[in-house]
Amino acid sequence: MSAPIESKLHHKMDRPDSDNLLDRTAQGVISAPLDRPEGPLKVTGRATYADEDHPDDIAHGVLARATIGRGWVVGMNTAEVRAMPGVLDVIRDPRLLRSPAQGQAARAPVQNPAEIFYVGQPVALVVAETLEQARHAAQAIRATYEAREPVALVDGQDYAAPPGKQASQGDLDAAMTDAAHRIDVTYTTPAMSHASMEPHAAVASWNGNRLTVRCSNQMLKHNVAELADSLGIRAKNVRILSQYVGGGFGSKLGISHESVAAAIAAKRLGRPVSVALHRRTVFEATMRRSETRQRVRLACGADGRLTGVGHEVWVSNLKGETFSEPVTQATPFTYAGENRVIGHHVARVNQTTAGSMRAPGEAVGVPIMECAMDELAEAAGIDPVELRILNVPDSDPSTGKDFSSNRLADCLRAGAEAFGWSQRRQPGQRREGEWLIGLGMASAVRVNMLEESEASVILLPDGTARVETDMTDIGTGSYAILTQIAAEALGLPMDRVTTVLGDSDLPPASGSGGSFGAASSGSAVMLAAQAIRMQLAKRLGCDEAELTLKDGAAIAGNRVTPLAEVLDGDTLKGNGLIQPGKAEKSTRQASWGAQFAEVAVSALTGEVRLRRLEATFACGRILNEKTARSQCLGGMTFGIGSALTEEVMNDPRDGHFVNRDMAEYHIPANLDVPAMTVTFLPDRDPYANPMQAKGIGELACCGTAGAIVNAIHNATGIRVRDFPVTVDKLLDRLP
Amino acid sequence: MRAFTYARAATPADAIGAAGRLIAGGTNLLDLMKLEVETPDRLLDVNHIGLDEIAPDGDGLRVGALVRNADLAADDRVRRDWPLLSRALLAGASGQIRNRATTGGNLMQRTRCPYFYDLAAACNKRDPGTGCDALAGKNRNHAILGASDRCIATYPGDMAVALTALDAVVEIEGAGGTRRVPVGDFRRLPGDTPERDTVLEPGDLIRAVTLPAPTGGRQVYRKVRDRRSYAFALVSVAVDVTVTGGSITRAALALGGIAPRPWRDPAAEALLVGRSPDAAGFAAAADAILQGARGWGENDFKIPLARRTIIAALAEATGTDVRTAA
Repeated sequence: MSAPIESKLHHKMDRPDSDNLLDRTAQGVISAPLDRPEGPLKVTGRATYADEDHPDDIAHGVLARATIGRGWVVGMNTAEVRAMPGVLDVIRDPRLLRSPAQGQAARAPVQNPAEIFYVGQPVALVVAETLEQARHAAQAIRATYEAREPVALVDGQDYAAPPGKQASQGDLDAAMTDAAHRIDVTYTTPAMSHASMEPHAAVASWNGNRLTVRCSNQMLKHNVAELADSLGIRAKNVRILSQYVGGGFGSKLGISHESVAAAIAAKRLGRPVSVALHRRTVFEATMRRSETRQRVRLACGADGRLTGVGHEVWVSNLKGETFSEPVTQATPFTYAGENRVIGHHVARVNQTTAGSMRAPGEAVGVPIMECAMDELAEAAGIDPVELRILNVPDSDPSTGKDFSSNRLADCLRAGAEAFGWSQRRQPGQRREGEWLIGLGMASAVRVNMLEESEASVILLPDGTARVETDMTDIGTGSYAILTQIAAEALGLPMDRVTTVLGDSDLPPASGSGGSFGAASSGSAVMLAAQAIRMQLAKRLGCDEAELTLKDGAAIAGNRVTPLAEVLDGDTLKGNGLIQPGKAEKSTRQASWGAQFAEVAVSALTGEVRLRRLEATFACGRILNEKTARSQCLGGMTFGIGSALTEEVMNDPRDGHFVNRDMAEYHIPANLDVPAMTVTFLPDRDPYANPMQAKGIGELACCGTAGAIVNAIHNATGIRVRDFPVTVDKLLDRLP
Repeated sequence: MRAFTYARAATPADAIGAAGRLIAGGTNLLDLMKLEVETPDRLLDVNHIGLDEIAPDGDGLRVGALVRNADLAADDRVRRDWPLLSRALLAGASGQIRNRATTGGNLMQRTRCPYFYDLAAACNKRDPGTGCDALAGKNRNHAILGASDRCIATYPGDMAVALTALDAVVEIEGAGGTRRVPVGDFRRLPGDTPERDTVLEPGDLIRAVTLPAPTGGRQVYRKVRDRRSYAFALVSVAVDVTVTGGSITRAALALGGIAPRPWRDPAAEALLVGRSPDAAGFAAAADAILQGARGWGENDFKIPLARRTIIAALAEATGTDVRTAA
């Protein structure tokens, strides 16, 4: 086969899109609710995840944990452990990580297993012939410490207020004084854990100075840089494979302990090494979402129009981490009001590293703002939906910029109608036997982002195509949508397009995170396909705009030509690159939604039963109605957990993560999740990217918990301002 | 996991008086062995010794120790005459675990106290004499009745709570012959020796659990927990109550999740008998049961929660419309 004929299409998003390619293509697969091409592999156990493809001579590594919250390791029984059956090595390399890398860090996180910052921090890697031997030996590790008193909990700690994270305009204090109605409330949300189904795992092998790691990561181009920097080797010598990722939710944005430890061990032993984190290690030594304390002040006139919005937050992280939960991310632009305060405070504690978890910021900030809005609606005697519609701003009230698109009011109206919001009564007015019934709602909002992303599409002489990019599919549906985008743009049936992902040797994509993956990597694929369309048009002697591609044929100037004939034995390769540009900076971009919940609360025991959860979203073009809906169902389920069940419990003496297994860290189980309805409003956002698609998966968990907690108030008249709403918080105030 | 020897018993006689730990479903023991909370030198597998039948026993029922939880919950006789047992079983664990877990093994289930599970923590139950980190730690789901200052762990199971309310009896065979112990007395209170969960002696084998004749009462298992399935009870209440001619003629009530063993209080039950089913009577019984209850900080709420759950379960079982449990 001859070398492919290459062409490039690189696009910087400096202007709103005016071409709207996917609205003028003919294949009809884009947006269709198609199955995932890799679905059968996953449900039959044939999709090989990180730790499921072991070379014959593999050795197994298990991390040993610190049992103090702060101090230094001054000794260890390594000789004794080395003598245990099957043990090959006990590694205390200073390059072992303290914490996983934060998302998009692209450099090494804090390293050194000798200085301890939290209970459960890895202090050594024990490598043995079998997993069982390694695990037993790791449990036999006894470190001696020079211990310091840890900062176990945030209570009573000093918080820093980073100057760049504070903002104010107008005079909120005066607005509060002058307001017809005002709310000044403080809510708390607990630390939470990603709890992905697939634990973090890595299999490392060396070929000379070239390292290959099979692992479970979300952003390969950054992960290569992080791993190389952590090991002190060159990035070009690192290849990462993450073909399938069993959930990440942000915990796999950056590299974690396992890939660094496996790489060091494999080098020392001269054989491949697998390091699969125990579930307990995943909980205590990867990432958590910070707990938050949030003070919300809202002021409005007698007409319900907001005159002031204050949102001050207190969060925590380990010393040395720059990330802090951006709780107020959507507050500057969600609602109107000329007097505003944003406050952000960070405490340093000796607990598991805080990092990004699904919709960092809005996932915990929006529900609290929405609870406060519910409180204001009650105080002002205005329907909660109406209060929100009344306060949808014409432009970003903090910057004056226009919205690229603001569909909040549309979502609120459509959602209220579909849900039957008009049935809502005053708090505590509806009862069915033992059960108090209530309805609640919340707006959903999440910033929308575009990240640089590159992809190749190769059109082969037989008229089949292959998509190549190092994008990951973390359960979101990347394989499905990228295949659809290429098939749509090239006029090919789905079964004539294959998509290859999760290999860092392929063109670098945005990776999966921040809900920007589909829009970013999808745009790159679309541009790559567009580059091929241009080549085809040239061959047919027409403009690309006059070219119709459908079912493997090109239609131009009343002539239908099979692609194989147009290609005439050639292979065409298109390279697409999308970069964010002025379009993002010139407008305020967000995705929008409205969520509605019905709950029943036992008047006797305080048990909460979520009965209905319905959401309406506007998030640009929907690339696949089925995977998009699945993303929303997952996001809403995340929201149910944050409202009702999920909470990291830290020991008050040393801060250790007490409930570090799936039995005790309560993600919602099937019975907690009622039938859910998801509606997408037809939407396009030309400022977002050339596909006019936007982020979905995170939006769906922004607001959910607010709707549920507001419904609990409507059922019982009780405001719980400490998430999650477990029975103990309702008991003493039940009727 | 520590290395151990494994042997398989062919008959009950092989298991009686044998050294080592017996293993049946292994749904709890294996997890604890992997964490090295349990470190037996020898396992004797009793999965193949029979004792896996449910058979009539006079007017009652004899449930072999190796009957799986799923089979017991699905048994037609159990569903018809002892529905409380079926409901309690189905309120516990997951389908997969219930397929594996056995009647005898479930009685042996160990506590879920997180400090018991944490080798770095002090735990008198795991390592006698080391102390109890739960006392001043995260004790949201710890005991409010029957605990000691050596151990405040609960028995976390559901099946035995129902069996206790149903007056079931454990049939144990050991070196000294066969003895019969009410399920409610099978587990010990911790006192100064929390390391001993049950009255079993080394070499004992649980052969069966027997249920007396059905009471014909209305039976309810109410389990309050932090999520709706696959979570241990904060409080559970098993009720078997008979109402005749507008008054309660018989009441049995057992609580789970709040003590080191299923908790039953005959004096409190007696308060219900002869009364019409009403909120005041339910509350009086609940208060009697909880008279000696004490919390350890985070679990203080379990006292009012237990009171309310007792009232809710009695209301449900008697069809009484109780508007408030305040």
